[in-house]
Amino acid sequence: MSALLRHGRYVLGENPVTAVAFGLFVVLILLALVGPSLAPHDPLASDTARKLEPPSARYWFGTDQVGRDILSRVLVATRLDLAISLSAVTLSFVVGSVLGASAGFFGGWTDRIVTRVTDTIMAFPLFVLAMGIVAALGNTLANIVYATAIINLPFYARMARAEVNVRREAGFVEAARLSGNGSARILAVHVFPNCLPPMMVQASLNLGWAILNAAGLSFIGLGVRPPTPEWGIMVAEGAAFIVSGEWWIALFPGLALMLAVFCFNLLGDGLRDLIDPRRRT
Amino acid sequence: MALLRLAGRRLALAVPGLLGVIVVTFLLNRALPGDPAAFFAGPAATRQAIEEIRARLGLDKSVPEQFVYYVRDLARGDLGTSLTTGQPVLRDLATRLPASLELTLAGLTLAVTVALPLGVLSATRPGSWVDHLARVVTTAGVSLPIFFTGLLLVYVFYFLLGWAPAPLGRLDAFSTAPRQVTGFFVVDAVLAHDGALAWAALRQLALPAVTLGLFAMAPIARMTRASMLGVLGSEFIRTARAAGLAPRTVLVTYALRNALLPVITLLGMVFSFLLGANVLVEKVFAWPGVGSYALEALIASDYAPVQGFVLLMATLYVFLNLTIDIVYGLVDPRVRIEA
Amino acid sequence: MSAVPLLSVEDLSVEFRTRHGVVRALERVGFSIARGETVGIVGESGSGKSVTAFAVLGLLPPAARVTSGRAVFGGLDLLTASAGQLLEYRGRELSMIFQSSRTALNPIRPVGKQIADVLERHANLPRARRRGRVLELLARVQIPDPERRYHAYPFELSGGMCQRVMIALAVACSPALLIADEPTTGLDVTTQAGILDLLGDLSRTAGMATIMITHDLAVVAERCDRIVVMHAGHVVEQAPARTLFARPRHPYTARLLASTPRAGAKLADLTPIPGAVPDLRGETTPCRYRTRCERAAAVCDRPPLPREVVAPGHVVACARPL
Repeated sequence: MSALLRHGRYVLGENPVTAVAFGLFVVLILLALVGPSLAPHDPLASDTARKLEPPSARYWFGTDQVGRDILSRVLVATRLDLAISLSAVTLSFVVGSVLGASAGFFGGWTDRIVTRVTDTIMAFPLFVLAMGIVAALGNTLANIVYATAIINLPFYARMARAEVNVRREAGFVEAARLSGNGSARILAVHVFPNCLPPMMVQASLNLGWAILNAAGLSFIGLGVRPPTPEWGIMVAEGAAFIVSGEWWIALFPGLALMLAVFCFNLLGDGLRDLIDPRRRT
Repeated sequence: MALLRLAGRRLALAVPGLLGVIVVTFLLNRALPGDPAAFFAGPAATRQAIEEIRARLGLDKSVPEQFVYYVRDLARGDLGTSLTTGQPVLRDLATRLPASLELTLAGLTLAVTVALPLGVLSATRPGSWVDHLARVVTTAGVSLPIFFTGLLLVYVFYFLLGWAPAPLGRLDAFSTAPRQVTGFFVVDAVLAHDGALAWAALRQLALPAVTLGLFAMAPIARMTRASMLGVLGSEFIRTARAAGLAPRTVLVTYALRNALLPVITLLGMVFSFLLGANVLVEKVFAWPGVGSYALEALIASDYAPVQGFVLLMATLYVFLNLTIDIVYGLVDPRVRIEA
Repeated sequence: MSAVPLLSVEDLSVEFRTRHGVVRALERVGFSIARGETVGIVGESGSGKSVTAFAVLGLLPPAARVTSGRAVFGGLDLLTASAGQLLEYRGRELSMIFQSSRTALNPIRPVGKQIADVLERHANLPRARRRGRVLELLARVQIPDPERRYHAYPFELSGGMCQRVMIALAVACSPALLIADEPTTGLDVTTQAGILDLLGDLSRTAGMATIMITHDLAVVAERCDRIVVMHAGHVVEQAPARTLFARPRHPYTARLLASTPRAGAKLADLTPIPGAVPDLRGETTPCRYRTRCERAAAVCDRPPLPREVVAPGHVVACARPL
């Protein structure tokens, strides 16, 4: 364990950018967990007498069109946004990996069906497909999680399939088979864990994109309903006021979005450099 | 010749993609929460109207039969009728498509014109200011939500600097649309020799096109840079240098053409993002394209336009990918000859 | 034979900056080649043979630095020449062919066009005549059916044919000097012989000087006038071929010759050279063969490394030559 920590410290030292990203990631998680208790004002409390106030000592991020404190709303929204993207990515990771790994390992009809499904999903421009799915299933928060999960599925399925395919004929698989392990067990216990590192890289890169996707869907009015604080819908609310110069309503939630996405992208890049420096760009 | 055969093969491969698109849109059609007939009839419909719609849409039949009707309707160009405009969806889409295309093409052209040289320079002059600029562009471009970028641009260039016009659509309040030839206002205005109108349309197009362009620039610049770096270190470049070929020949004919191959493939993914991002940009800039058409319909619980939009975008995407594959085959002989 | 040499490399030292320190890849390398002569540069992998060639042509990677020396070709020191001058010389006066020819050619450009590019750049031929000249060249390097092969891509050709295309590319403008870096590595024996015969033929008919870089002594045995032996970035011996094979004077050369498998030899008869090429980072001993040499003595540690002319045209870098 201490060797792992030492290695971790060495790696973070070599890659200051990754260290920063990791720190930011921790901050985001903390904010998601305790954000609501840090909020100086009630995120839902409106005070129309103080509407559209620019940032001040009392309201660090200013107030919106019904007088709610934007700082509090941005803080509270952290939890929702992270929850949406983490659940969507987890869902697509799990389902995608299972499908892809099965396709890669068993081949035959499993492979054909899974490939056909992922190809069909990828035949659509992904955001458009998400819109269509939410329109069809109904405009709820759960559905934007499902829609984001579905459109991200092919990445994991393809990756898992490729990784499993490469390792399928490896020596240790033969050994496991000879000692009497069933196929499913071999896949789950022996083959798949070896595929995890590159897939974790993909997952962290995907988290950033999942957040953008979910925020985009809420920006156009899907999923989240006012007055729920969520970064995407807050930017949408602030959009109407940009032309009249009240910039703070859209800016702060937008910056929060950017920061989160940036953090996940850096983390993903750092992980990729760690695991496979050859793929550095 | 090899290229035609390649095109034929790729076309054949596109067919299952199209089939998949049709099947999925059919499923989405039927997956509407509650009673689909009620949704297509609209919130104000009477019970009788709903039943009529149900019969007309064949919703009382079995699923495979419904699919056949669906495909038959598609083949006839019947995508349903919009409740909000009262027009056939296909006609609405056809009317509004040029606006979206103009925007997407402008954004893409901008992106390629900036990103390619940026990527090449970044690769040939590592560590220079160009290289750093390229890295900032690619990192920021990938992280920024496109609707946020659009709003920032509006704030800076319209509100603060006053350079850009108000984000109110394709033309300002005082101009009328030019005579339709292509549907692209800038092009049509030029064709009608109306310089002032062309300029007005261009001014309205500028910010939304830049927003889309910035978004597409990031992956293109990043891939061009990475690919160029890889190619410049390869053995055949060394041979070209050893043969004393002029630096420009080495860079363009030898290095760049090879480096462009992964960039061409990347364009497929870029289009996927662009077609989706179109919707967001159209909302920010009140651009009357197919994206905002679908959004307005969605808010009004008018489902036929949304489904028509999804089908249209997906079909467009399938053919765009087909074109990209063929272009790739033009540049890389290994793909067309290795049959 | 006191004619001015075509290429004279003197005192060439090259170092590489790496993450693990500075590697002194070449140290005071010197040799020369006269017009029409064929010189073989032999040594193990990592001895610096290819680095020497790259340095002469100015093709070293950015991490490399030439710290001393001259490479005088036709009165011009290539190491201090401007980029423009180098571009005039490369491909026209001196050229190079590389190993793994298929990857050394542009994969998405027809081979005929690649040769035509060289002609366009250096030869004063009108466009209409260029294609004809390319076909001539392809025929000269014994590629069958040149008309059809003009439009072929490297992936459609065999390894041997790709190598011939590269040779055609290199001799298109009749250079005075051709450097061949491991031209036969990776090819089967019959193809190897064909390539070497071709090179010899071209050399004879055009009076072209050739530097043959290889680790394979069999390649240089019959075909080179003189041989330069390199070890760990040093030239340890250079001599006329016959003399070198008959009576090598450097311990390394002797062991190199002895370790070459002969027909009929058994596995037990093989005598490899002990040890490995030394680590070239940081400080090195004056003689870099010292740790592997059975004749090493105290005198070998005293700098500088001596260069003894033991016979006309025969130089040995050893304090205790055989």
